[in-house]
Amino acid sequence: MEWEVVIGLEIHVQLSTTTKIFSGASTAFGAAPNTQACAVDLALPGTLPVFNENALRMAVMFGLAVNAEIGKRSVFERKNYFYPDLPKGYQTTQLAEPIVGPGFVDIETDDGVSRRVRLHHAHLEEDAGKSLHEDFHGMSGIDLNRAGTPLVEIVSEPDMRSSKEAAAYARKIHAIVTTLGICDGNMAEGSMRCDCNVSVRPKGEEKLGTRTELKNINSFRFIERAIDTEVARQIDLIEDGGRVVQETRLYDPDKNETRSMRSKEDANDYRYFPCPDLLPVIIDDSYIEAIRATLPELPDARKARFIEQYALSDYDAGVLSSYRPQADYYEQVVGACQDAKLAANWVMGELAKLLNQNDTDIKVSPVSAEQLGGLLLRIQDNTISGNIAKKVFELMWSNGGTADQIIEAEGLKQVTDSGAIEKIVDEVIANATKQVEQYIAAEPEKRGKMLGFFMGQVMKATGGKANPGAVTGILKQKLDALCS
Amino acid sequence: MFELTLAELAAGLRKGDFSSVELTRSYLERIKAEDGRYNSFITVTEEQALAAAAAADAALTAGTATAFTGLPIAHKDLFCTDGVRTSCGSKILDNFVSPYDATVVSRFKQAGAVMLGKTNMDEFAMGSSNENSYYGAAHNPWDLERVPGGSSGGSAAAVAARLTPAATGSDTGGSIRQPAALCGITGLKPTYGRVSRYGMIAYASSLDQGGPIARSAEDCALMLNVMAGFDPLDSTCLEREVPDYTATLDQPLAGLKIGLPKEYFSSALDDQIAQRVRDAVAEFEKLGATVKEVSLPNTELSIPAYYIIAPAEASSNLSRFDGVRYGYRCEDPKDLEDLYKRSRGEGFGAEVKRRIMVGTYALCAGYYDAYYRKAQQIRRLIQQDFIRVLNDVDVIMGPTTPHPAFRIGEKNNDPVSMYMEDIFTLSLNLAGLPGMSVPCGQVDGLPVGLQIIGSHFAEAKLLNIAHQFQQATDWHKQAPAGI
Amino acid sequence: MSLDRSDVERIAHLARLQIDEQDIPTYTENLSSILNLIDQMQQADTAGVEPLANPLDAVQRLRADVVTEPDQREKLQRVAPAVEEGLFLVPKVIE
Repeated sequence: MEWEVVIGLEIHVQLSTTTKIFSGASTAFGAAPNTQACAVDLALPGTLPVFNENALRMAVMFGLAVNAEIGKRSVFERKNYFYPDLPKGYQTTQLAEPIVGPGFVDIETDDGVSRRVRLHHAHLEEDAGKSLHEDFHGMSGIDLNRAGTPLVEIVSEPDMRSSKEAAAYARKIHAIVTTLGICDGNMAEGSMRCDCNVSVRPKGEEKLGTRTELKNINSFRFIERAIDTEVARQIDLIEDGGRVVQETRLYDPDKNETRSMRSKEDANDYRYFPCPDLLPVIIDDSYIEAIRATLPELPDARKARFIEQYALSDYDAGVLSSYRPQADYYEQVVGACQDAKLAANWVMGELAKLLNQNDTDIKVSPVSAEQLGGLLLRIQDNTISGNIAKKVFELMWSNGGTADQIIEAEGLKQVTDSGAIEKIVDEVIANATKQVEQYIAAEPEKRGKMLGFFMGQVMKATGGKANPGAVTGILKQKLDALCS
Repeated sequence: MFELTLAELAAGLRKGDFSSVELTRSYLERIKAEDGRYNSFITVTEEQALAAAAAADAALTAGTATAFTGLPIAHKDLFCTDGVRTSCGSKILDNFVSPYDATVVSRFKQAGAVMLGKTNMDEFAMGSSNENSYYGAAHNPWDLERVPGGSSGGSAAAVAARLTPAATGSDTGGSIRQPAALCGITGLKPTYGRVSRYGMIAYASSLDQGGPIARSAEDCALMLNVMAGFDPLDSTCLEREVPDYTATLDQPLAGLKIGLPKEYFSSALDDQIAQRVRDAVAEFEKLGATVKEVSLPNTELSIPAYYIIAPAEASSNLSRFDGVRYGYRCEDPKDLEDLYKRSRGEGFGAEVKRRIMVGTYALCAGYYDAYYRKAQQIRRLIQQDFIRVLNDVDVIMGPTTPHPAFRIGEKNNDPVSMYMEDIFTLSLNLAGLPGMSVPCGQVDGLPVGLQIIGSHFAEAKLLNIAHQFQQATDWHKQAPAGI
Repeated sequence: MSLDRSDVERIAHLARLQIDEQDIPTYTENLSSILNLIDQMQQADTAGVEPLANPLDAVQRLRADVVTEPDQREKLQRVAPAVEEGLFLVPKVIE
């Protein structure tokens, strides 16, 4: 039987506010345990929440960026349950009246499928703390630094039909929130976490299959793998005559399997009701329009402009616009060297490679856009070859300095002086009698290919500094002279 | 000295008749000698009190004193006090030394007040008799066999017994007005949002409001001057100017229009209390007021609506008491669930558990619309009744309670009959309105309270009316026998 | 509305309250009578009435996104039942 996969995502995005959603404690990552958990965050008796204006502004920015209706009246509710990382015994969240109503984003997968994914809504809520399971005499330790960090939970409709689409959707949301500057996008630190609702149904069937929820996936790659694994499990199960149980499952990336979570919510009833300590949040058109006016260029628009303005391929434009710091960097490099294609190749090539290898964000790249632009200028004016440029780039990465400084200090300047090149060519020809004889004996149309050997010898002798164009010309001229 | 009001004590401090340290020491000694009979204090803060009094004396000498400098007060034990146990009348917070001050507490500190201690109360402010305290019942100074009312029973008993000239209280369904009535003193529940709730341990967030308990309306005005005002830490506290509540106390009452709700003079009301209230109203007529009958048709619904909303909010507000970060933790929990269930099961008393369970039930999926939402709709109807009537008259008057103080233990086994005692007070909290209770006579030697209800933010008017009544009568000056 | 033993047990579990076995009948009776009192409310006609959540129908005020709470861990944890290395300790959390 042919199966259709149906996927909806719930993405939690940590907003990059300075303070918590309802208290004046810092949200900075990595502080010592409980040093950023104030009286309100600890839910000390008598403490009360006050709503952070920046969390509201950021949520509205997101809503506008995904073409959504903005809730002019939104209401915080309490979701009641007991858990040690939830100090108040309830999570303050939104349910009936969220800040962001229905919207949509358009996605495209690597293999060219494009789709519009509808958003059901997005709401503001507070994050919980963390339970640390290192063994404290058989006890767990609770760190509440993260408790009260503002989150926007983005709930999609079940509009995705493959794990690739799900990953593309998650990437798009990531691109939007980082472009807006409302989230640092750091998935390893948990700034963006995905829950995937997955079900399968026979192709052509309208009724949705029973879904399972894969919790807390924190990389795009794992989204794909977790969904693929879960889809395979569900199909096997059904084909063996079993039934999918609606439940929460955990993806284990090491074993590449999903497993049922010990139902921590056994028949839970969250007893939602409007939080009486917080009042309805009311905003008007002028507030919304003022925020709209501050929105940066969004990834889709920027991609279109890159194609138009820089004549980039759809793929290159898509990659470069997906992460705002990268897009900004790219445009700075273009500004410095005025060659959009060369800049794209380098930003997506050498730079991306080293950033990746060193697990470094482009925002803190050791090579600045100016430095890279300066390097590309030297390729353009033939001061160095592309190969030498890679060497300069590596030195720049590890030791700093401008391209000109490095070229000068390392003596990497390209040899374009034809007298000097001729002298080396003569030496190479004199030392390669066998290859010269073969060259002369070869059919004239096959000689071009044989130039490579001589080229290599010349480059070896010059340490790669000879201008390749000049070398080719001189070699051909001298060898062809021997043939006649 | 113990008969002097706050206003008189302030004058005495200024004239140098006594120092704040002398005053404070006298009260501390009196508490030590007398409170065994009333059990009105949970914690007496002798050391801090004397230090604050010494600082106040220095300010008085230096000429930097303000209206409240050097005046002793007590705080209901649900106001968090930095460095001092804040128990909320519960075993679950018996070991809780608050690391911060409630806004009300810090306002009094800044005003130079001297805190004598923390007063007894029904656990988590749930009760009308003060019998639900982990620290034992407080006793009514008018008759030690009887309850002082609740939940601010300790504050009311302490003021009536002259163990403190004034105290703070909190009122969720009558917890300032009812004990004030039963103890023959004066109490004010301000408009919801007038006084910050920050640091006042929540019972029902949308109903709770702190306020003053004292022996006269003038003293309540002095206290409200300190307590009222905007607090950026409480989202429900309103940014609204605070008048000087003492400035308008002397305005004449000629032309005042008083409404008497016919529903308040029903069969549930003790005949003699009804008579005392009518006598008080007659006194107002002498002062130039006119009186008419009005109707608040949804009064009876206030009890069911209140007993949904308050427990529902409480069930959630009290979830934080879980034995993890502070407060009581059971011995040797075998797992997480055991930690929660035993810490809470052992830490909370029976009435608190009852209300948590009622509230939990009411909020369950499937019941929300029938209970919580319905109650909030009734709340709107009750408020509309009041607004309609208060468009027609300046204030509403009636009894504070249907009966005088009952005997300790009398209603212990019947929570519902206890709840009925709140019939006249609950509706104000549901509507967010201010209300006062003023002594207006006695029945069989027990005090009776007159309730005065005004429009939102009409505290100055209520204090003015109560003060004029107290200029014309002396019920508020009556002391229990032997005091 | 009257509750039975299993209702009371379920509610007590949701609210994480240990109730002694011998007290369950009393709680069942008390809660049932409270719910009967509450059920009087159902007579009221509230069709079309907007619920009143805040007595003044006030709206939420916003706080500037500025750090106002410095680290006070030491003071705040002085009242904690069990703390180690700055962490609150609880019986093992199983996920």
